Amino acid sequence: MSELLELAQRVAGWARQGEDVEVYVTRGTETEVRVYEGDVESVSSATSAGAGIRVVSAGRQGFAYAGALDEAALGETLEEARDNAGFATAEEWVGLPVPDGVSAVALDLWRDELASFPAAAKVAAALDLERRVRAGDHRVRVVEQATWGDVAAEMALASSLGVVASDRSTACYVSAVAVAGEGDASQTAYGYSVGRGPADLDLDKAARDAVQRAVRLLGARQAPSAYLPVVFEPRVSAQLVGLLGSVLSGEMVLKGISLFADRLGEPVGSPLVSLVDDPTNPAAWGASTFDDEGLACRRNTLIEAGVLRAFLYDSTSARRAGTASTASAARAGFKSAPGVGARALVLAPGRSTPEQVLAQLGDGLLVQSVTGLHSGVNPVSGDFSVGAEGVMFRGGEVAEPVREVTIASSIQRMLQGVAAVGNDIEWLPSSAAGLTLAISEMSMSGA
Amino acid sequence: MAATAGSEQLIATPTLSRVLGRALATGAEFAEVFAEDRRGSVISLDDGRIEDLSSGRDRGAGIRVVSGRTTGFAHTADLSEAGLLAAAEAASAAARAGGGGAKEVGLSPSGRPKPSPVEVLPASVPKSTKVDMLRRADAAARSTGGAVRQVTAAYRESRRRILVANSEGVLAGDDQVRARFSVSVVANGDAGMQTGMESGGATMGFEFFDGYDVEEASRAAARRALLKLEARPAPSGSMPVVIKCGSGGVLFHEACGHGLEADHIAKAVSVFAGRVGEQVASPLVTLVDDGTMSHEWGALAVDDEGHATSRNVLIQDGVLTDYMWDWLRARQDGRQAPANGRRESYQHLPMVRMTNTFLLNGTEDPDEIVRQTPHGIYVAQLGGGQVNTATGDFVFGMTEAYLIEDGRITHPVRDANLIGNGPQVLKDIDVIGNDFAMGWPGTCGKQGQGVPVGMGQPTLRVRALTIGGTAR
Repeated sequence: MSELLELAQRVAGWARQGEDVEVYVTRGTETEVRVYEGDVESVSSATSAGAGIRVVSAGRQGFAYAGALDEAALGETLEEARDNAGFATAEEWVGLPVPDGVSAVALDLWRDELASFPAAAKVAAALDLERRVRAGDHRVRVVEQATWGDVAAEMALASSLGVVASDRSTACYVSAVAVAGEGDASQTAYGYSVGRGPADLDLDKAARDAVQRAVRLLGARQAPSAYLPVVFEPRVSAQLVGLLGSVLSGEMVLKGISLFADRLGEPVGSPLVSLVDDPTNPAAWGASTFDDEGLACRRNTLIEAGVLRAFLYDSTSARRAGTASTASAARAGFKSAPGVGARALVLAPGRSTPEQVLAQLGDGLLVQSVTGLHSGVNPVSGDFSVGAEGVMFRGGEVAEPVREVTIASSIQRMLQGVAAVGNDIEWLPSSAAGLTLAISEMSMSGA
Repeated sequence: MAATAGSEQLIATPTLSRVLGRALATGAEFAEVFAEDRRGSVISLDDGRIEDLSSGRDRGAGIRVVSGRTTGFAHTADLSEAGLLAAAEAASAAARAGGGGAKEVGLSPSGRPKPSPVEVLPASVPKSTKVDMLRRADAAARSTGGAVRQVTAAYRESRRRILVANSEGVLAGDDQVRARFSVSVVANGDAGMQTGMESGGATMGFEFFDGYDVEEASRAAARRALLKLEARPAPSGSMPVVIKCGSGGVLFHEACGHGLEADHIAKAVSVFAGRVGEQVASPLVTLVDDGTMSHEWGALAVDDEGHATSRNVLIQDGVLTDYMWDWLRARQDGRQAPANGRRESYQHLPMVRMTNTFLLNGTEDPDEIVRQTPHGIYVAQLGGGQVNTATGDFVFGMTEAYLIEDGRITHPVRDANLIGNGPQVLKDIDVIGNDFAMGWPGTCGKQGQGVPVGMGQPTLRVRALTIGGTAR
């Protein structure tokens, strides 16, 4: 048993009669290297650790955290969580999960090679990436930043109700922001490659992505307003699919603010839309053995051929809804109590290549990046409006670049309007995978 | 608070000197210790229930060592001398410093004027008082109309004590206390649900709530949601936009604020690089960044590099006068007095950030600005925004907006983003009101780090902005 899990169990054992205690502890090491114009700009390395403690007594929940793992700090934190619980509203459904008998899928998310990968090799990788981006096209003026990053994280969770979980994972990435220029105009784009260990990284792909995306936007102009088909590249569709995770939270249904409440079993999207959240897929960035309440992660089918099949639940929202947890408890680190969240959303891929998707749609806008997702997408009303950059396509062929436009619709209409799904599934560093995704019509606002 | 206030100092001065000495032992030319002790609490009411009470403490130190063009950085949660020395060695090794011997570091404490005195530490107020406040907010929002379906209200408090010491002799600290309330209301109507929000906060103690009525704020959020039930789809295309005072500081934050940060300038990834002395905005525009602005959300005694904050005029009568600086960029440019080096926590390297950024008053009567606009959009509340500093293109969301028809504010419109290009929008500001106000407390994100910022402006009009709606 890991030392971290022993600690979690010891503290959970401090529970008093009549209360349940859950202890979530994390520890991680991370490195980040940034290079600029052939020089190492910064090297950061650090180890951090922390704990989040939940106390439930008489249907009231309190939470407290500490950025330290010594027993004195954990004792104070438990006391604070206990005190906090005294002020919460009591509800019969509030409570920690009990072991649910679902066995964990064995996932190998740890690479020893990363731990032994020398710092000098990380620096060399970042410098190498920068060189490749610069050499990628004569119009690349500068590489705003080329970065190596890695993290090795361990978690352990134990509760006085007998839930026990521990897991560990590694991840690393390289990324670069290319600035391409022609005349007075500059355009930027980033490229990256991610993996669990150094062997997974593809510097060439990262460089090519950054260069090609920046260069193809040179000469971009604001396009005239139009209603037109819109095709999202994988990294953009991953962001959009990620939004569905919150829209399909069972907690929003319970609180009466879900777009899709009362729609179970009904069509909410085009028949091309099948969506699962599957953290047991080791290819997923968000792959995880356990959810953040210590239940074994499982594959959840949310939408099947356009028909809404399920919502996501953690143990509290599930108990309130009279159903079982989908093991979808998620935390934003040790400083936050768990809530409902997706980890590994993926749309079922179609058969078409990205080129075939463009050919099928004929004319429209191919979007390579969006801005303002946090300010322009309302998961309650469904209103969707974001800034976009990309290229027009005509007769299935890529044409002139476009900037300073917005594209707008609603989440509901976009799901209904899915006209094609590409076969180019790409796992990105987020809670969702991306693939080429075509919407039959959106409103583009421009000149 | 003077940094030397004895027992209050997070790390004793002699220890700091030794840690800095160790960090410099391999020949680096600059070393810094940034220590932080942060406590925070959140109480949230959702669905009529006090659902979440969270609180916690996080403390540690980040050590930065600069050798040539390379910065080495390491952080630790262990504030003992042994923990700090280990971090200093790690940072020093990361900076790949060459030879050299141990150095003596003399530290000279500086008492800084504290812009935001605190009367009542929020942590000293009983939790029950805060819970009651949220319950009153919930009741007020629900009393506004039967169509109110859901209310989420949150109270947040934080206390952040920092201490910065560096090899240039800087020794300074700050004690930043903030309190904040926010509420979000969902109303349900025939055409679906709509949301309304309101938020208030200050760099001050619990006395903030003596002058801030959470019930009125909750009713305002509810009225916003109810009003939007009748909203039409937002227009699509370019038109004049009038932005209400105190609601749209995010416009400047995105249109030029980020583009005036010296790190973007140094790498020439800002459309404002090399343009000091040029007319970059309408002559009506004077833009200021001011970390000394008492009690505002971005107020600081010293920045996160230990330097006193200041009032910096960025644009004067439309002419670009200066950028914002942190220590690293100021050093590279041979400048003094950086005041905008900030970081999210001890686990982060500092970089150039805004504090309180605002547009100064103009002369026009705000009502007259609307009357003189035959057709356009009136924005009463903006949401967040985002900018690409290299192209200047930026977006920002409108969460309460109306059509202007024949010089009158008429129908509400649904949420949408607006898009514009910073340099163009600054030139297109054609009238500015005399009703300056600061806006909601903001959190600015840059390279994954969030810091509190203030924003403000009087009512103003932009001749043309692209509205990202769907109306045919």
